[in-house]
Parts: sequence; C-alpha cells; structure tokens
Amino acid sequence: MDAMNPLVQIKGVRDGLLAAFADAEWEEQRAALLLQIDDRPAFFQGARLALDVGSQVLKVNDLVALRDELSERSVVLWAVLGESPVTEQTSQLLGLATRLSKPQPEEQKHGDAAAEDSALFITKTLRSGKRIEFPGNVVVLGDVNAGAEIVAEGHVIVWGRVRGMIHAGAKGDRTAVICALDLSATQLRIADEVSAMLKPQKNPKPEVARINEEGYLQSELWNEG
Amino acid sequence: MTAQVITVTSGKGGVGKTTAVANLATALASDGRKVVCIDGDIGLRNLDVIMGLENRIVYDMVDVIEGRCKLKQAMIRDKHYPELYLIPAAQTRDKNAVSAADMRRLCNELKPEADYIIIDSPAGIERGFKNAIAPADRVLVITNPEVSAVRDADRVVGILEAEEKGSPSLILNRLNPVLVKNNDMLSAEDVLDLLGVHLIGVVPEDETVIIGSNRGAPVVTDPKSRAGQAFRNIAKRIQGQDVPFMDLDQQGGFWGALQRLTGRK
Repeated sequence: MDAMNPLVQIKGVRDGLLAAFADAEWEEQRAALLLQIDDRPAFFQGARLALDVGSQVLKVNDLVALRDELSERSVVLWAVLGESPVTEQTSQLLGLATRLSKPQPEEQKHGDAAAEDSALFITKTLRSGKRIEFPGNVVVLGDVNAGAEIVAEGHVIVWGRVRGMIHAGAKGDRTAVICALDLSATQLRIADEVSAMLKPQKNPKPEVARINEEGYLQSELWNEG
Repeated sequence: MTAQVITVTSGKGGVGKTTAVANLATALASDGRKVVCIDGDIGLRNLDVIMGLENRIVYDMVDVIEGRCKLKQAMIRDKHYPELYLIPAAQTRDKNAVSAADMRRLCNELKPEADYIIIDSPAGIERGFKNAIAPADRVLVITNPEVSAVRDADRVVGILEAEEKGSPSLILNRLNPVLVKNNDMLSAEDVLDLLGVHLIGVVPEDETVIIGSNRGAPVVTDPKSRAGQAFRNIAKRIQGQDVPFMDLDQQGGFWGALQRLTGRK
C-alpha cells in the first residue's frame, strides 16, 4: 500500500505510529496522510501518531487544522519531528512532543549540564497545562504558573515567579541548579531528589535551589558575591 | 451588518458561563442590539432554562447542522426582546455531533443577521470547548475567586494563546467583598496578577442571580440587582463604551485600589 502512496510512509514505532513524508507541498502531504487514514480506518482507530515533516515549515494554523482533522478520525497527534525551528516552536506551543522518546544510555555519562551548551529561551509566562522538556538548560523570561512543568537535563533559570513544577538535571545531573526571582513552587526536583516543602513568601527574594553537601535539595537566598 | 462572535468559556464547570451568556445577551438586547445566543453544550443544555425558553424548543443546533431544518426555524425568539434569539443545543446527542467547521459555518451564516453572536461553551478543554472557540472573534474567560477555578482559567488562556485566538478578556464572577476584606478570598488583584489578562468586569456574589436563573428571568432585567448592574456594565464595555468599575464595597478602600489597578492599563 505504501508503494501506491510514496508521499507518506507509515511505520510502527515504540510509542505509536510514525508518518514520514516525502518532499512536497504541505497541502499534498496532508491530503496524502488523510487519504491513507480514510483508506484504513480500523487500523488507525485510536492510534497515537507522530509526524516526521522533514524541513517543512509549519505554522500553528496548519497543525491545529490537521490535529482537528485527525481527532475527527479518532487519531491522536502527539509529536511532530522537524528540522525547521519554526515547526519545532509551533509544536511546543501546541504541547506536542518534538522528538520520539528513546533510551539514550550514552547520555547517562556523569556530565555537568553545561556540557550541553544549548539553552532553550522562553520569553513568555508558562500557563497551567504547559510542559516543556529540553535536553539542556532552560531560561524563562516570565512566570511558571501552577500546573505548568519544566523538565530540563541542565539548569533552569526563571526570571519571574515559579509556582509550578521544575525538574532540573532530569537525566541525573546532581550539579544542576534552579534559580528564580520568586521560588514558591509546588514542587522542585533536581536529579532524583524531590522537595515539596517550599512555602509561599510574603516578600519574595531571588533564590537558588541546589543539592547541598549533605545530599539534600535545598533553596537559599541569592546573595553570592 | 456583520456580527461579532463572542465565546464565553472557563475550563472549570459551575463558575457561571451560562448565567453570564444569558445576562450579557439580554443586556445587549435591551441596549437595542440584535443578539443570537448559541448553546454549545450539546447533551447538557441549560441556556434555554436560564432564559426561560425551554418549552419553545422545536429544532436545535444539531437539526440545523444535519439539515433537518432551516437555521431560522431553530432560532427561538425571546419572550421580552424581539431582537434576542437562542439556538438551543441538542439534549439527546453528544459533542461528537458537531465539528469546529460546523460551528464556523453556522456563525458565518448568522453573521449578516445580527450584531452579536454569543456562544456558551461547555466546561472542559475537549472537543466541545474547541468547537465553541473555533468561530470566536473574541473570547471572554469567566472565573471565580477560587484557586481551582483560576488555575483552570489559566490553562484555558494558555490554550487560547496557542491557538492564536489572542488574549481573552476576564470576567471575575461571584466575588464577595467581605470575604476579600478578611483575607478569606482571592482578591481581583490576586487573580489578575496570576492570569495577566484584561479585566472586563467583576460580578459580586448575589443571590438574586440564582432566583433569576430558576425563574428564567436573567438578573439584568432587575434594576435593583447588584450583579445585574455588573452584567449591564460588561455589556456596555463589550459595545466599546468606557464604564467605570462599580464601587461594590461602600467604604471604597479595596475597590479604589482595583480601579487604580485597572485604570493604569
């Protein structure tokens, strides 16, 4: 059947189905995908679908339209893999994953987070329900509201209030830190340490949370130097 | 004329979406506007009861979408305002009977006929909600001064931003100035501080709202009701008029602060 429709290749992956597109206009790719699904509704019923869109540049409206059309066919769009940073940003905005989760044993090497030089820079408030996952450092210029989550393999710095959940050093880096102007988080995690005892403060001051010499996750006022 | 489509939504249930739709629509109609309300809560319809029109329903929105009747046949005229109409939801179907494209088509067909189309969204963030916001030109998010309601509103605001619907306006419903004064309730400042959106109105807790809803007579028609006054003011603001916020607390301290806060915008 794939031979009939070389524009889109469907294959099974660990987390569901992956649709990979050949080079074409987005409208053609989209139509080809929907055609495949309508062809075999029983096969796709209830499936979790990831898209590999290659270098295609997708805007929010494109993905929202496709997601609606897929959900009308009982197919859940959960990830969009793409080379274009615009597409990646769009997917993150819609809360879609941007890579397939796969075991990465070699990344478990005892590494400091800074070795991953990349940082994700977010210039808006993260609202409830938003989840950011990033294999490096994360900087937020805004608040992290209650119900939002950040999971970073490196450090997390928030220029604003933290009321949601933050996990730094998510792959086991115990040297990762979490800094914020107001750290009233519901829960903080660094590597495999969890802290849930952060009380909201009357007059918040900048704080930094890290794992101290005794091995406990602790936050202290930012007054170095 | 071409109507502005306004969707009222909240995330959490029970915060006053349907009551707000009935009251805003009635207030706009009493200002001489032509208004069509659409109950988007397929399967759990309520707007007809609050507007006192339940015994007049013959056709509903799903009948229109599935071609069993003309749009005009499903538009129920209000008892008091000849320029106010309701398109009821189907009670015996569910959200899957309607798609976002159906809602857009319905609103496009209505637009030349009205000044305002007001859509009552169901609770939640699933399909019914997505359908309700799809045709919206403007979204009003309604919340109560409770932590759980505010968190759900925050989620909804995030989704609206992600879907490029723009930043919504906020209605803070059922505020009790006495509890706020005693620090037992979130204040309007607390809520605005967290949500960071434009405030279009604060409605005080008022038992006449419940009485009016049960009687099928929205409180905006009661000139003595405080909540009714608040809804009338919001309707004026929707029409682009600059109406000062009510002084709910006669002592003025907190409301003065609120006015300063909103005046600063």
